[in-house]
Amino acid sequence: MNGLLRIALKLLLNDKGKFATLVIGITFSVFLMMQMTSMFSGILYQSAANIVNVGARMWVMDPAVQTPQNSIPMPNYVLDSVRSIPGVKFAVPFYVGAGLVKLNDGTYQSATIIGLDDASLFGRPTIISGSIMDIYQNNAFIMVKDANYAKLGSPKIGTSFEINDHRAVVVALAHTPVPGLFGLPTLYTTYNRATQDLPSTRYLISYILVQPKSTQNIAAIEQQVKQLGYLALTDQQFITRNDRFYEFQTGMGTNILIMTLISFLVGLSIAGETFYMFVLDNLEHFGALKAIGAKSGELIQMIVFQSLVVGFLGFGFGVLLSSTMIAIAKLKIANYAAMVTYENLFLAFIMVLIISAFSSYIGIRKVIRIDPFDVFRG
Amino acid sequence: MILTATKISKSFGEATNQTYALREVSFAVDFGEMLYIVGPSGSGKTTLLSIISGILRPDDGDVVVKDVDIWKLGSDALAGFRLQTIGFVFQDYHLFPRLTTLENVAIPLILRREPWDKSLTEARKTLQVVGLAEKENLPPYKLSGGEQKRVAIARAIVAQPDLLIFDEPTASLDGDTGRKIVAFVKEHILNAQRAIIIVTHDSRIYEYATRIIRMEDGRIVPGTGADHEK
Repeated sequence: MNGLLRIALKLLLNDKGKFATLVIGITFSVFLMMQMTSMFSGILYQSAANIVNVGARMWVMDPAVQTPQNSIPMPNYVLDSVRSIPGVKFAVPFYVGAGLVKLNDGTYQSATIIGLDDASLFGRPTIISGSIMDIYQNNAFIMVKDANYAKLGSPKIGTSFEINDHRAVVVALAHTPVPGLFGLPTLYTTYNRATQDLPSTRYLISYILVQPKSTQNIAAIEQQVKQLGYLALTDQQFITRNDRFYEFQTGMGTNILIMTLISFLVGLSIAGETFYMFVLDNLEHFGALKAIGAKSGELIQMIVFQSLVVGFLGFGFGVLLSSTMIAIAKLKIANYAAMVTYENLFLAFIMVLIISAFSSYIGIRKVIRIDPFDVFRG
Repeated sequence: MILTATKISKSFGEATNQTYALREVSFAVDFGEMLYIVGPSGSGKTTLLSIISGILRPDDGDVVVKDVDIWKLGSDALAGFRLQTIGFVFQDYHLFPRLTTLENVAIPLILRREPWDKSLTEARKTLQVVGLAEKENLPPYKLSGGEQKRVAIARAIVAQPDLLIFDEPTASLDGDTGRKIVAFVKEHILNAQRAIIIVTHDSRIYEYATRIIRMEDGRIVPGTGADHEK
């Protein structure tokens, strides 16, 4: 390491009080920023659980639909029309709804009921116990074994209960990659049974799942569906639409943004003020260095280096702390919606760079203005 | 000559508030000299010291150090020149309390981009010269005033500058310690390839000077050592 930077590092590390305040301030700020943004990412991710779990390339829906949880049923002719669009490899109906499960002890529990196309079972979950073919048995349901599994009394294969006054039997247990956001147990059955057993409107199809023949056909399919008066989205477009809804139409995004900004300002003020005091404490020494022959650029280098060191350390500790907290929370709290993404990390990193730049700036301003003549004047 | 100052003038403030710190001051310093600049407070000693060491720009006049007209250099070049040519011992020492004594002494070499280990080795040798080898790992605030002054001297000489500038070297030291410091400087630091300029108003150390310039009201008092007389 360059000798001057080594001196800068020693000046920083040996001022233990200010060094600790700087690192703790930035760590706390990064921790808060990461918690906020990770929580929001987790919410967005889990709110799109159905889209990810089903794995369809394209989704056809009513244009008013914003999230996968709030479908608007479509008439059957739409399915026929979509199937006849050139470029569609296959299209199947998909049902998503809520059912009221009456458990054997007499208590009730809401559950998400998913109806898969009877012929293809497209979008089925990964079976971990039992057989997918048992879904065709009378009153058969497949139970997803996730964090909400216990809410239905941790049923085993063969357990029965009532769903909307219809008998239901668990024939298999399954796993889905993403847990739902709303803490409801999930049951899979066939499309026909779902639409028969659950109260329905005149139209039945929640979504039409489409597999295009190739990626090149997607734009044409979207166009054709639009002419039918409906909306076709790729899975990614649907996830983005869902994200935008939570970000801009629920107030959740604004609240998270405000909290993130407050966390940033906390870090900025603690780090800025402490670093300024650190520079003030060393000001006369910087003046002496200038008198001895240090160039302004070298002093700037030292200050920027010091602020980057505390910034990077604070960032590292902050990320470590928030990741640990999230990991512990996930162990203790079922369905804890938080995830650290590269975007969160990048955002926090940029914020830390801004904090470091601001701290450097106020330090540099002071050091640049110091007149070495003051060193002689005392 | 190692230094020639010609008709140096400097004023502070503007218009009605303008005060003249120096008025056409000229003098020269030769290698091997230990020149004192003395005078009462406000006589312009510190201003003159700052100008001849390339820290404070004069309003008028030239300063030539080792054949370089220093005030014709740009700010970075001037900083580099100071680093290569001049060693400073400040009145308040200005040692870094968060660095060890050894690291403080090594600073001029580090500024010269010498390797870290080499800088420390040279600093260690210099600390031996000033008799503080055993204190190299202590922070300066754990040393006595006299020891801190010697550390500051070690820092000034570690890079072997040709010109040494001392600002009030006996300030805040008792008379005996002050005399010992200056005697040490004359005996061990001064040599034929180097000049030392000392600003002081401590008459107890005048005996060590090779020449004394007396200043009053921004001028050299006629008859004092501007022309190599003591």
